[in-house]
Amino acid sequence: MKEVKRISSPEDLKKLRQEIRAKKDSSKPIISICVGTGCIALGATKILKDIKDEIKKSGLEGKVDVRETGCLGICEQGPMLIIYPEEIPYFKVKPEDVSEIISKTIIEGQLVERLLYKDPETGEVAKEIGEIPFYKHQLRLLLGNNANINPKNIEDYIEIGGYSALAKAVFQMTPDQVLEEVKRSNLRGRGGGGFPTGIKWETTRNALGEPKYVIVNCDQGDPGAFMDRALMEGNPHSVLEGLIIGAYAIGANQGFVYVREEYPLAAESISTAITQAEEYGLLGENIMGSCFSFSVRVHRGAGAFVSGESSALMTAIEGKVGEPRPKYVHTAVKGIWDKPSCLNNDKTWATIPLIILKGAEWFRNIGTKDSSGTMIFSLVGKVNNTGLVEVPMGITLRDLIFKIGGGIRDGKKFKAVQTGGPSGGFIPEQYLDIPVDFDELVKIGSMMGSGGMVVMDEDTCMVDVARYFVDFLLEESCGKCIPCREGLRVLSSILSDICAGKGKIEDIQTTEEIAETMRETLLCALGRTAANPILTSLKYFRDEWEQHIIEKRCPANACKALIDFYINPEKCQACLLCLKECPAGAIQGDKDKVHWIDQEKCIKCGTCYEICNFHAVKKLSGEAIPPPPEGMKPIRKLKGEN
Amino acid sequence: MKKVITLQIDDKEVKAEEGKTILEAAQHAGMEIPTLCWYEGLEPYGACRFCSVEIEKKGRSQVVASCCYPTEEGLKVKTRSPKIVKIRKTILELAATSAGEDVSSKMRALACEYNADLSRFRSNAPLPPTKCILCGLCVRRCIEANWESAIGFIGRGIYRCIALFPEKAGLCSTCSYCRDVCPTGRTCSTFGPRPPFPRVNDVLAGRK
Repeated sequence: MKEVKRISSPEDLKKLRQEIRAKKDSSKPIISICVGTGCIALGATKILKDIKDEIKKSGLEGKVDVRETGCLGICEQGPMLIIYPEEIPYFKVKPEDVSEIISKTIIEGQLVERLLYKDPETGEVAKEIGEIPFYKHQLRLLLGNNANINPKNIEDYIEIGGYSALAKAVFQMTPDQVLEEVKRSNLRGRGGGGFPTGIKWETTRNALGEPKYVIVNCDQGDPGAFMDRALMEGNPHSVLEGLIIGAYAIGANQGFVYVREEYPLAAESISTAITQAEEYGLLGENIMGSCFSFSVRVHRGAGAFVSGESSALMTAIEGKVGEPRPKYVHTAVKGIWDKPSCLNNDKTWATIPLIILKGAEWFRNIGTKDSSGTMIFSLVGKVNNTGLVEVPMGITLRDLIFKIGGGIRDGKKFKAVQTGGPSGGFIPEQYLDIPVDFDELVKIGSMMGSGGMVVMDEDTCMVDVARYFVDFLLEESCGKCIPCREGLRVLSSILSDICAGKGKIEDIQTTEEIAETMRETLLCALGRTAANPILTSLKYFRDEWEQHIIEKRCPANACKALIDFYINPEKCQACLLCLKECPAGAIQGDKDKVHWIDQEKCIKCGTCYEICNFHAVKKLSGEAIPPPPEGMKPIRKLKGEN
Repeated sequence: MKKVITLQIDDKEVKAEEGKTILEAAQHAGMEIPTLCWYEGLEPYGACRFCSVEIEKKGRSQVVASCCYPTEEGLKVKTRSPKIVKIRKTILELAATSAGEDVSSKMRALACEYNADLSRFRSNAPLPPTKCILCGLCVRRCIEANWESAIGFIGRGIYRCIALFPEKAGLCSTCSYCRDVCPTGRTCSTFGPRPPFPRVNDVLAGRK
């Protein structure tokens, strides 16, 4: 094992950094390959192995470095890799591309054109990472370093300046000065609530009771959001450094990192980071030779959405069932074991080192007046470029979705965007130009949440999607409070009925009544915001609800019970494809005979709609289905016939 | 001695010791706030939200559960505003969704008082009535009688129910305390803990 020299002063850290930098040759090519969860799912592990083998085969060992990094953002285009120092990004890399990458790019210095990013509109090819529109409009303060470090190697983090903020805080500043700096920076909690971080810290610091605890919340469980995970997987030391600085300011000696069990890579990453930081003397007794000691434990939570709520998370750390506490006492004052506990999202903690190093003024100049800094969104749904996006606060939704996200897929029309996870609201097109920050989103009935952003196009039914989120929350509600448990049960049942064409007009009023009761009375944020999808869906898309209930039709053609599949005889080429594929045997016809769907047998699976090459299969909703062509199986008109 | 603070409940000035909840302050002053999951002497649990009241703080009105909310100097509380009455009606109707209409006389009286239709949402829950509103009183009372609970919650969300823990069944001394506190008037303490252990929910609903 490598001998590790403990860092016992800020000078030691500087010296170590210089040593690491001196060892590196800046002209030596580095292949940064993303082995984050998304790219692994797309086969990055195999590619990584192939690259290593290929380097060995070509005799380049020691001449090229391979760096395994965390998420690089544009998950849609994975597996991806970046070749330094030229910053050449390659996307959708397959194992068979590996030898070409090595022989052409690494040895000959030429580009492999087909792996570069091509703008779908202009057709322009991006030779550098910064040229890609997805990255061009971003400001990647937290995620940017993911490409430069191997999360499992602390020296990579130290090389890029890591832990110098900790050195500055502990050796040049008093805890009060650190606290003051964070307060002045206007940093607000990135977990969703947007509570001023400095004030939270101060509350815990001033609260009576010892010991005090600091906690990282990495329990993100929203469908379609994965930035907490990506940050923890890709740059765990930044979170850890922020946490240590926070503990110093607050006066805590024990910290917890709460990672959900479903994020094995994130848990592994932070555990490795903690072990390494301890070895280097950056964590544990007498950090960097100072008199400040701090230790951290990782708590793996059994996935429960409600455990993301601060008091529920703390009950879970105590070893009990993760349920929110009924008391109206802030966890910052009485948290774990009734001791003052300061909980922040991992993005909030990771921002702290930047603020300490660059100053509160620098941070306040980014973003808007009341929401400073950057925010990470996970842009998903029906956009062209899905992935993690980090932008300054105050960017408009339109820029996010169209400039960075590359617009809606398949040229469809934008319908709504949902921000803030399952309990966020739907935002219709007329609000696309509002600046995105904590306060503006609340004004229009949604919220920042932890930054989920699900884009919906014209094929999305707003009643159906409200039903989806209610069902998600129904599954995740802890079941303690009557209005939440029973309210969601009733709402889910009403919404299913509406989607099935069994809705009654008074259902809208009932839905609103229950939603209001939930919003007013409930104990935790999960319950209080659970009605947001329904309330905003009703507010902005009421006509769709009425069409479902009164006309028994789904305008987006999404609710299965309200649509029928129909083959347009004019377009059908009698190719037999749908007939063979139909799992219910509902399609009749023959070679050269127009096909038609027996509505009695049809199970509305949509297979024929998906596979028809001639767009002959149509979805009809609220319209009468034209009768089958005369004589049941007429011979298709042959060319030249009348 | 504890500090005494003054607050306003329904336009009446009320004095309370610091640290008391709104509910306790109101009861002390002889005013009534209806509850389902609260019981004198037990820790407040805040699950039924039936004791919700409207408070005014810094010019903003807010609905809070009075059994948990601590009194504050100068707090203005409305215990029966039109909004609160509407909320309580809905909560009663929701509580009866899975519990059914055949609940205690207390709940039926409340339903009359708040004009609640206990069968309103019954059709939305396809299961037989459980008669249990999961207020947790039996669990909490059991903990305090035995220092450890022979019954507890299992499941999450709509699958939440109360169960007798077989390995702890020996604790059950058939003290009947759980039956005394049950607001729906049904618990199982008359059952001897012999295997196979009944699920309290089934017992409550009269299912064998």
